[in-house]
Amino acid sequence: MAYTEEELKKELETKEYEYGFYTDIESETFPIGLNEEIVIAISKKKEEPEWMTLWRLESFKIWKEMTEPEWANVHYTKPDFQAISYYSAPKKADPNKTLDDVDPQLLEMYKKLGISVDEQKKLQNVAVDIVMDSVSVATTFKKTLSEKGIIFCSISEAIKEHPELVKKYIGSVVPQKDNYYAALNSAVFSDGSFCYIPKGVRCPMELSTYFRINQAGTGQFERTLLIADEGSYVSYLEGCTAPSRDENQLHAAVVELIALDDAEIKYSTVQNWFPGGKDGKGGVYNFVTKRGICEKNAKISWTQVETGSAVTWKYPSCILKGDNSIGEFYSIAVTNNYQQADTGTKMIHLGKNTRSTIISKGISAGKSQNSYRGLVQIASRADNARNFSQCDSLLMGNECGAHTFPYIEVKNKSAQIEHEATTSKIGEDQLFYCNQRGIPTEKAIALIVNGFSKEVLNKLPMEFAVEAQKLLEISLEGSVG
Amino acid sequence: MLKDKLISSFMAFENNVDIDNPVHDVRVEAMKNFEIKGFPSKKEEAWKYTSLNALQKTDFSIFPKQTNTLEYKDVKKYFIHEIDTYKVVFIDGVFSSHLSETTHDGVDICLMSSALNKPMYKQIIDVYFNKIASKDESLTTLNTAFSKEGVYIYIPKNKMPKKPIEILHFATGNEASIMLQPRNLIVVEENAEVQIMERHQSLTSNEVLTNAVTEIFAAKNAIVDYYKIQNDAAEASLIDNTYINQKDKSVVKVHTFSFGGKLTRNNLNFYQNGEYIDSTMKGVTILGEKQHVDHHTLVHHIEPNCESHQDYKGIYDENSTGVFNGKIIVEKLAQKTNAFQQNNNILISDKATINTKPQLEIFADDVKCSHGCTIGQLDEDALFYLQSRGIPRKEANALLMYAFANNVLASVRIPELKTRINKLIANKLGVNLGFDL
Repeated sequence: MAYTEEELKKELETKEYEYGFYTDIESETFPIGLNEEIVIAISKKKEEPEWMTLWRLESFKIWKEMTEPEWANVHYTKPDFQAISYYSAPKKADPNKTLDDVDPQLLEMYKKLGISVDEQKKLQNVAVDIVMDSVSVATTFKKTLSEKGIIFCSISEAIKEHPELVKKYIGSVVPQKDNYYAALNSAVFSDGSFCYIPKGVRCPMELSTYFRINQAGTGQFERTLLIADEGSYVSYLEGCTAPSRDENQLHAAVVELIALDDAEIKYSTVQNWFPGGKDGKGGVYNFVTKRGICEKNAKISWTQVETGSAVTWKYPSCILKGDNSIGEFYSIAVTNNYQQADTGTKMIHLGKNTRSTIISKGISAGKSQNSYRGLVQIASRADNARNFSQCDSLLMGNECGAHTFPYIEVKNKSAQIEHEATTSKIGEDQLFYCNQRGIPTEKAIALIVNGFSKEVLNKLPMEFAVEAQKLLEISLEGSVG
Repeated sequence: MLKDKLISSFMAFENNVDIDNPVHDVRVEAMKNFEIKGFPSKKEEAWKYTSLNALQKTDFSIFPKQTNTLEYKDVKKYFIHEIDTYKVVFIDGVFSSHLSETTHDGVDICLMSSALNKPMYKQIIDVYFNKIASKDESLTTLNTAFSKEGVYIYIPKNKMPKKPIEILHFATGNEASIMLQPRNLIVVEENAEVQIMERHQSLTSNEVLTNAVTEIFAAKNAIVDYYKIQNDAAEASLIDNTYINQKDKSVVKVHTFSFGGKLTRNNLNFYQNGEYIDSTMKGVTILGEKQHVDHHTLVHHIEPNCESHQDYKGIYDENSTGVFNGKIIVEKLAQKTNAFQQNNNILISDKATINTKPQLEIFADDVKCSHGCTIGQLDEDALFYLQSRGIPRKEANALLMYAFANNVLASVRIPELKTRINKLIANKLGVNLGFDL
């Protein structure tokens, strides 16, 4: 095809636009790749103050010098960080989309989980024509919260409205240079939640990102900052049991919890991202840094139910800095098919009379690999520290693996540490007993798995626990043959 | 640095050995690996808690400059002299025929140097030498490169030596600092049985570094009892690499008693190549001052219906550091495996540290695996009980610690050895209980 100089010029112009460094901050999605310009553009897009932009740039500089960690017991193709778009505006509901367009397999799952039609629509980004219950509920909630002085908003909003709080606490628990993914997150985080509970306030309800779902999509690089001021209490829920088919393959979130003197934070997570197909193709990489710091007499409790993601790499930790502080970690990690999970916790005892409890239940089925990796560290000045750890693994089928890597480092003579781990399978006699009483094998297994995970399920807030229980059943469906 | 010195010493070493012997190809290969890898650093996961940096700065002499001798009466106390034993004794790495009692009567209890060089042993060396020892762990390959002397034990089918075997390595301290690298091979054939006691002893406060490798092959139904007494002088360091290959229904027990030395690292590896195997490893560690002991165990369950038992107790005082890293791997094929691991520790001083990492890697579903680990103190109530009955606090403390370690001692099958270890424990705890423990 012969074309004129005019046309060539035009093409070159568009080409430059495509690949050049110029970024249109008005556009909905940024071009792929990561460089300083992109970091600045994200910051601009969010209308952030200068200190935030500088903080992001500093993180980016640190990230550039770091290498991807390889010590975890997981194998995956490393993501290409230059092939990702680091910002895209929250998707608007597609007015032409109806529930009929949604993958029937997903709908089936919703039905099993008992999710209402409205919620299903919301989860699938389907326009809702009636006024949704939860929206009105959310508004009422907001009112109650603000009356108590509780701040609960998106982190971008917090950066603008409450810069003094954000500036003081962001990066104080998970510093920018903490690890590769934390540095990346610090540079490019798109959004997340911010929560502040004032002195002596007991948050009257379970806070959940769920209520914010229609305000802003959470996105790929989520940043959560939760501050419980002296003597306050909050219970926070993250994620939901509904499976989400996210297009973003890499998720690198950072969660920071700050429990000041006498405060208590209860943080529950249910994670059910796309785990990849039965053949191990696709699926989300979930590389999360979660950490909390406890001041005097404070308590942080992590509860997690992990059933999704192709690769999980996650260690919710507690730094027990203040005297008499308490850290807890309750976890169920279920892996099926080709899923890989390397998860656990770190309990760093610095203060005197600090206590921590770790209960971890791993269930592996199919061809999956499930690892528990934990650290209990007692510093030399942490007198009378106490830790109890228990990690149990359940293996289903002979092609999966269960691994434990508990590290215990003690430098104080008055410490009392107990660690137990067991690995077993579902007993033939247990199954036989159930069968004998007319319970089909599939149901019997669900029963036994639920019993196995009871200690952790009990720690979840009520409604969550019921859903999580069902989720366990579904995740393991068809894994016994 | 020590690495460079070792590399250049290897050339000198080659002048003193038969380089046409096929064994030498193994050495050259191993040296190549060590040249690439060098000494492990703390960055490596397996060496996270143990640093060899200080040792590498010492100018160890690799070969003793002179032959030293010792009188039996001077070193008698280091032998289990209450009973009759076969003895293989080395002084600064050189065999001492004067102190030893070897045999070829039905069983072979002799020297690695003769086994490596004499044609009559060639067949066995071909089958077993360096077959189970790691070919890429740097310290093991360093030992392989310099493998020349050590103990060679061969117990044929259905045989059992008349008496237990004692292996003693003395360092005289006539050199300012010396590095020793004994290499042992122990082959126990079908239905055979053997009991071995091993001890490294430095006689002065001069520095000694021992990097030992022992390969043990236990055939069908074989029984091996191995006791390691590590109660060396304050400036002696030991890196002990033991590799054990077990066949069907064999029973191998290794007991490690670590009370002395500056830095001790035990790499104890069990490979279960058969069914119905029983592997047991037990240890008592009592440390003080700035001592450092690192127990690294590995049990590799490869085939079904096997068992492994681990029980390590540690008591740490003053500025001492203890490390326990127990790894259990259960392969997909190894169904019906029972693997148990127990690690209990007591910290006596605020400056003592314990790092422990029990590790399970399981690929089979029909298994029973568990590990337990505790760190705690002596029970105040129990102490009070003893004190209220007129036992002074110090003795009461020792009594409780002794009770704590007793589980491990219960399975020692040589009574005289048990008495000896009881004495060593009482000594280490600095008490005289007034009765025999």
